[in-house]
Amino acid sequence: MATHALPETPPRQQSARATPDVRLVGVRKTYGEVVAVARVDLEIAAGEFFTLLGPSGSGKTTTLRLIAGFEQPDAGEVRLAGVDITHRPPYARDVNTVFQDYALFPHMTVGENVGYGLRVKGVPRRERARRVAEALELVRLPNVAARKPVQLSGGQRQRIALARSLVNHPRVLLLDEPLGALDLKLRQEMQIELKRIQQDVGLTFVYVTHDQEEALTMSDRLAVFSEGRIEQLGTPAEVYERPATEFVAGFIGVSNIIERDGRRFTVRPEKIEMRDDSGRSGERGRIRDVVYVGMFTRYIVELDSGGELTVVKQNLESSSREALESRGKRVRLEWRPEHTFEIGTGGRE
Amino acid sequence: MRRARLRFSAVFWRRPWFKGLALLTPPVAAFLLIYVGALTVLFISAFWSVDSFTGKLEHIWNIENFRIVFSTTDPTYLRIAGRTIGIAAAVTLTDAVLAFPLAYYMARIARPRTRTLVFVLVLLPLWSSYLVRIYAWRLILSNDGVLNWALGGVGLPHLNIGYTNWAMWIVFSYVWLPFMVLPVYAALERIPDNYLEASGDLGASGFRTFRSIIVPLALPGIVAGSIFTFSLTLGDYVTPLLVGGAGSSFIGNVVYENIGVNANVPFAAAFATVPVIIMAVYLVIARRLGAFEAL
Repeated sequence: MATHALPETPPRQQSARATPDVRLVGVRKTYGEVVAVARVDLEIAAGEFFTLLGPSGSGKTTTLRLIAGFEQPDAGEVRLAGVDITHRPPYARDVNTVFQDYALFPHMTVGENVGYGLRVKGVPRRERARRVAEALELVRLPNVAARKPVQLSGGQRQRIALARSLVNHPRVLLLDEPLGALDLKLRQEMQIELKRIQQDVGLTFVYVTHDQEEALTMSDRLAVFSEGRIEQLGTPAEVYERPATEFVAGFIGVSNIIERDGRRFTVRPEKIEMRDDSGRSGERGRIRDVVYVGMFTRYIVELDSGGELTVVKQNLESSSREALESRGKRVRLEWRPEHTFEIGTGGRE
Repeated sequence: MRRARLRFSAVFWRRPWFKGLALLTPPVAAFLLIYVGALTVLFISAFWSVDSFTGKLEHIWNIENFRIVFSTTDPTYLRIAGRTIGIAAAVTLTDAVLAFPLAYYMARIARPRTRTLVFVLVLLPLWSSYLVRIYAWRLILSNDGVLNWALGGVGLPHLNIGYTNWAMWIVFSYVWLPFMVLPVYAALERIPDNYLEASGDLGASGFRTFRSIIVPLALPGIVAGSIFTFSLTLGDYVTPLLVGGAGSSFIGNVVYENIGVNANVPFAAAFATVPVIIMAVYLVIARRLGAFEAL
């Protein structure tokens, strides 16, 4: 597994409770020949918004399901607030899950759905009604309790699924790509909404997504998964600005890697300055391709000393025509030394 | 010629309802003529009577037939109707109880290959004649049949259930079982795994999940299956004839006798409307329970 030398900035709540809310120790899960989770060690602090980020098949969802109890690990330990829960069934774990496709019970009303967990635990009717109303208020859908899930829109169902979990006040809330089925606009609204709710209730959130932007926007810390292992773990800024491996560099943002003297470096596309051919310093090259994206333009530059870099420039003064005409032009690329990092190859030799 | 054909096609293309009309006219006409027409004639003839002396049909409106059917002073026919409905209900209940675990195993536990095998085993009896299967049961249940031979073999006392209501209950439950298994299977198979995971996640034990999620979601399938088992039993007269005893006539047997031996078609028609009305009521209730979404 790749390691990173950076110190982890503890999230603000960590000092409040010393034991981490979730702790995975050497967890492994295979399905026959397929290794879903090779080995994961992880500590998630109380009150933290923690994201498991990775492409499909990277083991992030399996890791979440191991915490929820839907899967049993082949090896390792799952601890919740210091207690070993590895062999407890899902109903005996103080965690709740928001499913990707919501899994609302179609034969129950919204109110019955939200109150299900409380009813199962034998919470008296009156208190149940009060808490259900509270939870619906929290997700800003106070007037839909009598409806059936099919009568709601996708975004509303998503909120109800959230309310159904939050109403139980679990120790940890697990979210499995909860915004995956929503369109872009709604997704961005819900990202802000989710973050607000998490801060309101002060719960530990473990969030699974394959969307790097979502992960960067919402998380206190995130773990980048690849092939059943954690490639890098840190705050969004750390992971974005100092990717530890080639995989992380490529998965979060654009893979901008050049090899010089047998060492590999990465630099983020927006950190590169593109100047005319005249000066001496920097890397020289030729613009091979120009992609106009509206707010900015992406230039792909072929370097004379080998390799390729993507450069992003905001369209502050340049028009789309100017940008597109620069195709084939010779340029010189420069960046500040602190914006480039040497990276490992991925750590799975 | 080709042009004419194209123009003809264009008529259908421009008016989609034309297509529907063309497709539906033959089956709807056949249905109205043969089925609804026959039912209407049946219902009308129930109000006629037969001259007991000449045996001729008299087209005089009267409700005498219904008076006999629903007579409480001589409850022969009420008792027969009660027996028919009672056994139909018992068979439905038995099949629901037997089919549920089997369907659950097929839908949610068995691997694809085992599932196919069980499917074949469930459906295989339907390939053989229904009469043959009932005859086989007659041989099993009769006093010197396979059942008593086997019971005697292990030292248990004989069971004299051949030619009784018990025998009918067993045989009906057996022959209609596939009709319950299939819709229950379909309903169970459609329950997504994550409903069960969500239920467990929210604190429900396996039994609680079964009671609160699986059974309610499978209920439309059970009701759909019960339409088959109930109506098929209600209309049957072969099983009572072959495995039932002297006092185990069904509505169907009475109807059969009145058409054949007694030649009293109006009375047969009057008695035959009883199961039709029962099924109509049953279907309305089934619809309320969502059975038709499960088919």
